[in-house]
Amino acid sequence: MAFTNEQLERYSRHIILKEVGAKGQKKLSQAKVLIIGAGGLGAPAALYLAAAGVGTIGIVDADEVDLSNLQRQVIHATADIGKPKVQSAKETMEAINPDVTVNTYHTFVTSENVLDLIKDYDFILDGTDNFPAKFLINDACVMAKKPFSHAGIIRFKGQLMTYVPGQGPCYRCVFKNPPPKDAVPTCKQAGVIGAMGGVIGSLQAMEAVKYIVGAGDLLTGYLLTFDALKMEWHKIKLPSDTSKCAVCGDHPTITELVDYEQAECDMKK
Amino acid sequence: MAEFNITDSVDITDVNCPITFVKTKVALEELDDGDILEVRLNDGEPVQNVPRSLKEEGHKVLELTQNDDGTYRLIVQKVGD
Repeated sequence: MAFTNEQLERYSRHIILKEVGAKGQKKLSQAKVLIIGAGGLGAPAALYLAAAGVGTIGIVDADEVDLSNLQRQVIHATADIGKPKVQSAKETMEAINPDVTVNTYHTFVTSENVLDLIKDYDFILDGTDNFPAKFLINDACVMAKKPFSHAGIIRFKGQLMTYVPGQGPCYRCVFKNPPPKDAVPTCKQAGVIGAMGGVIGSLQAMEAVKYIVGAGDLLTGYLLTFDALKMEWHKIKLPSDTSKCAVCGDHPTITELVDYEQAECDMKK
Repeated sequence: MAEFNITDSVDITDVNCPITFVKTKVALEELDDGDILEVRLNDGEPVQNVPRSLKEEGHKVLELTQNDDGTYRLIVQKVGD
């Protein structure tokens, strides 16, 4: 595929980079990335991946745009209230970059559909807001051997890590099991500073782009945490022994996907 | 003027910075290590910046000469793949 002059101009700041070049930009245009959650994390990630010219972007979300989303979910506008988030996200992405094909999935992720959702994608972004979904996405990506970026945000804090099959620990290696229901507040109960989604979601997009073009080092084997009140970053090295993990270890005890129970206030209506 | 075994040519007189370098870079990426690219470029900013950017990426600038029409002819050898 040859770039048109318009594409050369659109992606010129990428192509100029030694680590990207025309080859890297072609890889981006051929790549397929799935974003699960069109919320605080997924919104900025989707904007940057669309702008970057990722050829196919899938977006999964069961919700409709709500007024309370707009403080941080920057892909949606006031006029989108009531619209499925995936539809609103698709319209914004296509408006930014008509080169991009956006596939929408207006659904929750469940043990029934997750493997089917991820199977055609090269890289997955977990932008969900609850532990059951995070463990489900981790386990599905381990089982399907898909690389993915985990992230979570709450109040003034954020964290992320990247899983690549065979290259380091998975989310369950680090966090074992979801916390007891209601033991941990969701961002709805606890609040979250809007720009935190921008910081961490953009880093997820960064990991996806680096993975696709093959540049630099990913957050495999590390958890990166950010405390905005103290403006402190920590890059925490994770234990490299994954052999005893219940899902990605040598003798996994989790061989089927589990739908953990969700805290009640998270379930809409 | 030395004779070069030119593999491909690109004309960047119809575009401005940074597309000048982008077009040159895209043309080079199609070539193999050691191949030679001929670039037709304008005086001024392109002559100042394109050869320098190519050197920064590790390529070998072999020659830069002025054409009769005022444009320049840059001969660059690709280094690496």
